[in-house]
Amino acid sequence: MNVLLDNLSLYGEGLLGTVELTVYASLLALFLGFLTAACRVAPVRSLRAFGTVWVTVLRNTPLTLLFFAVLLGLPRFGLVLPFQMFAVLALGCYTSAFICEAVRSGINTVPVGQGEAARSLGMTFPQTLGDVVLPQAFRTVIPPIGSTLIALAKNSAIAGSFSVVELLGTYRTLSELGYSIIWTFIWIAVGYLIVTLSISALFHVLEKRWGVAR
Amino acid sequence: MAGEALIELRGVNKYYGKLHVLQDIDLTVGRGEVVVIIGPSGSGKSTLCRTINRLETIESGTITLDGTPLPDEGRALAELRAEVGMVFQSFNLFAHKTVLANVMLAPVKVRKVKKEDAARRARELLDRVGLASQAEKYPAQLSGGQQQRVAIARALAMDPLALLFDEPTSALDPEMINEVLEVMQQLARDGMTMVVVTHEMGFARSAANRVVFMADGRIIEDRAPEDFFTAPRSDRAKDFLSKILKH
Repeated sequence: MNVLLDNLSLYGEGLLGTVELTVYASLLALFLGFLTAACRVAPVRSLRAFGTVWVTVLRNTPLTLLFFAVLLGLPRFGLVLPFQMFAVLALGCYTSAFICEAVRSGINTVPVGQGEAARSLGMTFPQTLGDVVLPQAFRTVIPPIGSTLIALAKNSAIAGSFSVVELLGTYRTLSELGYSIIWTFIWIAVGYLIVTLSISALFHVLEKRWGVAR
Repeated sequence: MAGEALIELRGVNKYYGKLHVLQDIDLTVGRGEVVVIIGPSGSGKSTLCRTINRLETIESGTITLDGTPLPDEGRALAELRAEVGMVFQSFNLFAHKTVLANVMLAPVKVRKVKKEDAARRARELLDRVGLASQAEKYPAQLSGGQQQRVAIARALAMDPLALLFDEPTSALDPEMINEVLEVMQQLARDGMTMVVVTHEMGFARSAANRVVFMADGRIIEDRAPEDFFTAPRSDRAKDFLSKILKH
């Protein structure tokens, strides 16, 4: 118990870091994920190809490798950002590939006739997707997106190895100070639980609100 | 009866892999004409209907609507599709929207009509198909016949030049078929240009200007309904009619 009480501000900073990483990267992942999902079902061949490449590359790259690529690679091309921004970029892009596939599977659950009806009325592809298909797909993609974002929260621990303040990284300081490693980790685990269970609760509410109709 | 050509297909061919589903189709539909397409299953009649607004692409040939060749994709195609309404076998009402919102959606999004105006027009059309009281319901709360009448109202809301019907009554219980056919009869009397794929021979006889008989991806006969039903020329049509008119 002392570990937590003695180092409340350190834990607090770490938790805040993890929450920040999770929130920013989630927003980026959701934005890019919906965008690439739209690309993957677009009538334009080059957009579909772009979507496929995006998903294939990001989903099949180990996240640590992606962190190295972003943190060491991008500065070589003159793009220098705070480490936290780099971490959000890496996490967000990586997770967007999984969001994309969840959204695409949701789009595939909407009967083809819905899109055909929209197109037959003269609606363009963005209108068909935005007004007819996605609102119906949204209901089925809530649970898998929730799982993906929980994974993102836990994956954010990798950022700790790249000098970004986050929850797991606090153990280094604490073990140097001589605290029991077991209790250190138990309180870190509790911190992650707070984040992941919050995400679960949020998606539970969303599912209750949107998931049942139809 | 037939004014100038509104829909014109010339030498249209389509394949599903090796299957040649549409073979050298020539078909002209004049303004105000009602053309009924009949034929056995797999003869390509639904496919033909769906090529007219390019829900199915074609391999060769030309399709023109009101003098404009059908564009490949994109905005130009969407603009042309807005002029041709379509009614589907499975209704395809937007499941997440109310009946009223279904009818309003395309006029608001595509024609940029003001919401109030679109709603007023939608209620008029729902009244016309006898469903004014159902405007606030969701499609799943309606019977098949009611859903199909909403689908017709939705297509009419765009003030289309022509309406395509792809087996509009095939998914309906027998007692609901008539309520849909009556709406279609009324449209035909009002001078709407219609292409109707159907198995309802009674409708073909009473409402059609021409009957097009298809088999194996070809148009076998294209004649006035009375001539076709009383004296079919081809063996294929005789065979088909003898099977369906026996009882």
